[in-house]
Order: sequence, then structure tokens, then C-alpha cells
Amino acid sequence: MTGSYAVLESLKAEGVDTIFGYPGGAIIPIYDALYDYSEIFNHILVRHEQAAAHAAEGYARVSGKPGVVFVTSGPGATNTITGIADAMMDSTPIIVISAQVASPFLGTDAFQETDLLGLTQPITKWSYQIRKAEDIPDAIARAFYIACNGRPGPVVLDITKDALLNTLDYQYKKCDSIRSYIPDPEPEEEDIEQAACIINSAQKPLAVIGQGVLLAHAEEEVKSLLEKAQIPVASTLLGLSALPSDYPLYKGMVGMHGNLGPNFKTNECDVLIAIGMRFSDRVTGNLKTYAKQAKVIHFDIDPSEIGKNVVPTLGVLGNVKETIPLVTEKVKKASHDEWIASFAPLEKREYEHVYVKEVEPSQGPLHMGEVVRHVSDLAGRDAVLVTDVGQNQMMGSRYFRFGKTRSNITSGGLGTMGYGIPAALGAKIGAPERRVCLFLGDGGLQMTLEEFGTIMQDSIGVKIILLNNNKLGMVRQWQELFNHQRYSFTDMANPDFCKIAEAYGIRTARVERREDLDKTIQDMFSDDKAFLLVAECEQMGMVYPMTPAGANVTDVMLEK
Amino acid sequence: MENNNKTLYTITVFSENRVGLLNQITIILNRRQLNIETLSVSPSALKGIHKFTITTYSDHETIEKVVKQIDKRIDILKAYYNTDDELVYQEIALYKIATKHILEKGSIESLIRDHDITVLEITDNAVVFQKTGLYDETQKLFEDLSKTVGVLQFIRSGRVAITRSKVERLSDMLAEREKSIARRKNNQTVKDTTLTD
Ligand SMILES: Cc1ncc(C[n+]2csc(CCOP(=O)(O)OP(=O)(O)O)c2C)c(N)n1
Repeated sequence: MTGSYAVLESLKAEGVDTIFGYPGGAIIPIYDALYDYSEIFNHILVRHEQAAAHAAEGYARVSGKPGVVFVTSGPGATNTITGIADAMMDSTPIIVISAQVASPFLGTDAFQETDLLGLTQPITKWSYQIRKAEDIPDAIARAFYIACNGRPGPVVLDITKDALLNTLDYQYKKCDSIRSYIPDPEPEEEDIEQAACIINSAQKPLAVIGQGVLLAHAEEEVKSLLEKAQIPVASTLLGLSALPSDYPLYKGMVGMHGNLGPNFKTNECDVLIAIGMRFSDRVTGNLKTYAKQAKVIHFDIDPSEIGKNVVPTLGVLGNVKETIPLVTEKVKKASHDEWIASFAPLEKREYEHVYVKEVEPSQGPLHMGEVVRHVSDLAGRDAVLVTDVGQNQMMGSRYFRFGKTRSNITSGGLGTMGYGIPAALGAKIGAPERRVCLFLGDGGLQMTLEEFGTIMQDSIGVKIILLNNNKLGMVRQWQELFNHQRYSFTDMANPDFCKIAEAYGIRTARVERREDLDKTIQDMFSDDKAFLLVAECEQMGMVYPMTPAGANVTDVMLEK
Repeated sequence: MENNNKTLYTITVFSENRVGLLNQITIILNRRQLNIETLSVSPSALKGIHKFTITTYSDHETIEKVVKQIDKRIDILKAYYNTDDELVYQEIALYKIATKHILEKGSIESLIRDHDITVLEITDNAVVFQKTGLYDETQKLFEDLSKTVGVLQFIRSGRVAITRSKVERLSDMLAEREKSIARRKNNQTVKDTTLTD
């Protein structure tokens, strides 16, 4: 068998069903073999390799399975870099298989040669160059093991063209351990004991969950802990949807544009229980004043995260699916009614100062939050939220209501504009039975607009809601607040987006008036095909509450 | 050794013998703006495993985080750091000196005795000395020779180091790790069967 067939057989052995890719000279051998595998793999031909990587991310995030990407050497490979960096920041398991020039040409500046390994080493969990056909099965087995186990992340496999063309004796053995890598550190009895002890002593405990809970499929385990000890809980941006929005103990999102309740209570609680989150600067603001009064317990699978930003009272190393139940067992039943009730005044304040204006305005142009909430209500509890980056992202995250886990797909760590369209199409392929609603801005839409072609070709039924303000809204917001309203290059002269959608055969509508909103959304949901809804929104809209970068979590701006 | 409130740390890394590992390590040091003072890489006592010894000035908080980041890389078996007091360490230096200058000076016996020098080669043109020692010692000899007879060429190696305390041998660590992997796998099978029951 040739190396190319070995690649496809190995992917088949790993249970891969979908590949996002784009062909080119060096990878032609794989595409040639792929011709014989059309029954096994659904290959999605993207329009730009960056989109292949983001689509693989969307697919992975919604399905829990690794996303697979095929690209050719040189520009094909370098085009994936933003997506790989994004997956690294957000711990998303993707496997990028790129072809490379034949091994005798390595290092000679051959046509379409780039040092992909050198370029991607800092932004991959693992990267490896395969130069011999016989190394292909083992390297792929390792790639899947590494991408999916422990804290997940992107893996790059760079395969030389001669390795693809030469033959080997194919045999596949799944990888189940690597001696230099401990994916799930064993929980320490003593840590568990101590964690339970600290939680039992708490009068005002607050839990903050991150994506680790979703990655570990530990939603139920976390719920058991929270319910037994009656601990109010907040989520980071990437932890959203691990708990339903209407979960009784759920108090909202932390961070720069998070909810008042959990942000203020961070600096009031006596025990902060961080579960599978990494204390990003967008969550903590000023570290010097962050939760200083509290004992902090940090549950994480990655030893390098414990103490990286916040030095915890106790770090509990291990997979939260394993550590949380061990702690729950030892935690005493408790109730913190008064403490839980103390969130209410903050919620009321946010409701009055922010929510009513953003979600229930009665006059003036449409507001982003309002559009999000109406779409969310009509989409139902099962829907998946995908957001691009900017105001649209924060509005989507704040006002979409989650009913089901693995329903929030966004570029958190890297904040990659242009993530939205490809991630959404990947998500729809990963969860074809679910409604996938993408919110994005006019800036982000135009960064990966070419993927309308992919959506058309493969009839991918994503619902795209453009929150159009004809501005680079989030940057404009910063300019208004921090740069004396010097709106430097944040105005956009935009095309007629509906016409673009039409050109791709995507159903589309424009909505400007409040009274047309629901029926337009209903029309959008009347079938399972792709749709572009252009919602013309308030141009000078702002996302509130806002904690400016580096400020204390309690220094919140509520309105102009 | 101290330098602007920074301490000289010795990072020891054991890794699989794969291309690109040094690059992975230096990327991590670069991101935290740590300069490599010395570096030495060689096969370790265990076949297929390489050992890196790197010295760098840093504060404690940074070195701890950086070493965790290095340890996290998939192909790295183990990374740790030490301060000088926890180590026995040496560097090796070679000095090339014109033979005629040495002869002009008369005897080199005292030089050899005082500085604990080994003579590696003597030709009509040049003499090559070797000295093993701490940085300050090899440096002092360099300065002395420069002043007296002149040094044609000088080279110093990176540090090699051995920890004073705890005999945590890599082979033991690997054995323990294999055991732990097996233990985890057994647990896993138990869990899986309980699920299917
Ligand atoms: C690739 C990339 N370039 C630039 C930025 C910086 N940036 C963050 S938000 C933003 C504005 C986004 O504008 P738009 O897509 O119209 O969304 P809005 O904020 O108006 O909802 C920009 C330029 C980024 N995050 N990503």
C-alpha cells in the first residue's frame, strides 16, 4: 500500500468521518487516494485553508471528536496558521495533515517548501514531520492520542511527498500511551481531602467553570458538587453551555463583559473554586486585586496552568471528571441561602441599567442583544451558538440561552475575527440535527466571506445572523471610551450583503424594524437550509457592562 | 551567582531524541525573555534519551513557570531546575597559546601546577591547554594568560551538572511512569466494565 492510502486507512481506523481540506501539488497523492474513499469520508472542500482549520475547530467543539484538515505544502500550510494558533489557545483537538516537498528537496527552498514544523512548534501541542512511508500509521496514531487526551490541542503532521508515494506494509495500532506524556495526572489523595475541607469551611463559596468541564464531559459531576454544597456558579466565556442558562445555581458569566453578580462576588466570596479554567486576563482584570480575600482552589489537568496567573491556596491536579466526584464524596451537604440571595440586587441592577436597554428597547434602531435574544428564543433549547469576534461575540454570549452542553463555539483565547463562518459550517457538519446560529459583524463576515461557496456546494444549513453596524464595532467602542472618540479607521463602506448571499444561492432577508424581527426569524427557521439574516443595528451600540482591560473586576462601567 | 536580582538557574531537561527539541525549549525561554547563558546537550545514560543542561538568569517565579512549560512539551520526559548550591558542576575550557611566547617565559611548570592545567597538544607553533573548573576559574586563567603570554584562541563549554541531593534516577522515574500508566489502564478497564454492566 502507498503512504497516501496508509494515511486514509489510519484515519478510518480512528473513526474519522469528515475532512476539511484543499488540494495542491504536494498533496495530490492523498487526494488521488481519497477518490476511492468517497463512501467513507465526507470531504468538505473549503475556499481557503484558514477556514479548513476553523471548520475543524467548530466540528470538534460541537462533537467532541477531533477535526481533521488536509492541506498542501507552502501557502496551503501557512494559511492554516491562524486556525492552529486559535486551536492551541482554546484547547481544541484538530489534526492538520499537510503535505511537504519530497524529502531530498527539504531545506533547498524547493517550490512550495516552508518549514511548517518550525513555524508551528510554538502553536501546536505536538508537530511532527513524516519522511518515510512506514512511519505513517504510528505517527497518525500518536497524533490522535495527543490531540484528544489530557488537555486537548492541535497537532500538525507534515508528510513529505515521497512518503506519500512510497509503499509500506500497513498495520495500524492505536496509541494508548506515550512514556514522555502524562495526559491525566493521578489525583493526590491529600489534595482531595484538603479541597473538601476548604469547601466545607466556606460560608460564601463561588465556583467558576471553564471549558475544562466541557472537554472532560464533567457537566454532571460538577452539578453534583454544586448541588450537594449549594454553591453558586459562574462560567467563563468558553465554559458557557456546560450548564444550562436556567440552571438554578447558575449566576452568569465572569469577565470583561460578564455579569455583575459573579464579577462582584469574585471579590466577596471566601472560597473560589475554579474548575477547568485558566484565569485569563479577560477574566481576572487586575490580578493584584483579584479574589484576594478568598481561598482559591484550582482544579486543572494541566500542571503549567496551576499558579500561572493566580497562585491558588490549593491546586488540585487531575482530570476534573475524576477529581470533582472524589471531592463531592467528601463534601458535606450545605446551604448558603443568604449568600445565594445576595446576588439578586446585583442582578437587578444589571437588569435595569443594561438588560432592559439592550434586549427590550421600545424605540430606535434594533439592538444586537435584542436580535440575539429573539433568535435564541425562536431557535429553541437545542440550538448551537457560534459567534465571531467583537461586539457580536459578547452580545451572543450574554444573551443567547443555552439548553444543552457543547452549544457555544467561539474564538476565546485568540479572538480571531473570521472564525465565525467556517466554525459554524464545521459545527453544522458535526451536529447536523441541531440548529446552528452564527452571529457575526460586518467586519468578521468579510474576513471569511469566501466560505459562502463551501456552504453552497455542500448545502450546509447554517443560520447566519449579521449584526450589521457598518463599523468595526468593538474597536469603535474602545475608541469612544478610551481614545476621545477618535474613530480611526473603524467605519466600513459595505456591499449589499443580501445580494452576495443571493449570488451563492443562500436564502436571505434584511430586517430593520422591530416589528418585523420575529417573523423574519421565523422565516429563517422555516427550513433547515442556509440563511443570511442581515439585522441592521444601532451603529453606536455599546457592550455593557464593561470592565476595562487591567481594571479591578469590580470597576465596572454600566452605561455611558 | 546573582545578576540584577536574578539568580543563575540550571535547567535540566531529559527528552526523547527527536529533531526540533532544542527549538521547542528555546521558544519557551524566548517568550519569557530568558537568555541562555550556557548550553550543553548530549545523549544521557539511557539509550535514546537526550539530556540538556541550560543555565539562565531568572527570578524564581519565572523559572518555575518556564520549567513547567518545558516539561509540558510532549516529547520531553522531565524538566527541572536547580540553583548552584544544589549542584556539582563544571565547565571545560581550551586555550591556545603561541609556543614561542611560552618559551620566552621560561618555565610553564608553575602555571600548570597553579591552575591545574592539562596540556593537550604541543607543536612548534602552539600549545593547547585544557582546564576544567567553575566559570570564574576558567575565566581567571584566561585573563592571566592574556596578560602574560597572550591567548590565540579560547573556547569554553556549557555547564555540565549533577544534583547533590536526591538520587532520582531517570530510569527509576521511567519505570514508575510505566507502572502508573498500567495502573491507570487497569482502572480504566474496571470503569468501562462497570459502565457496560
Ligand atoms: C483577525 C483579527 N483582526 C483584528 C481584530 C481586532 N478586532 C477585534 S473586534 C474588532 C471589530 C469587529 O468588527 P465587526 O466584525 O464588524 O464586529 P462588531 O464588533 O461590530 O460586532 C476588531 C477589528 C481581531 N480580533 N481579529
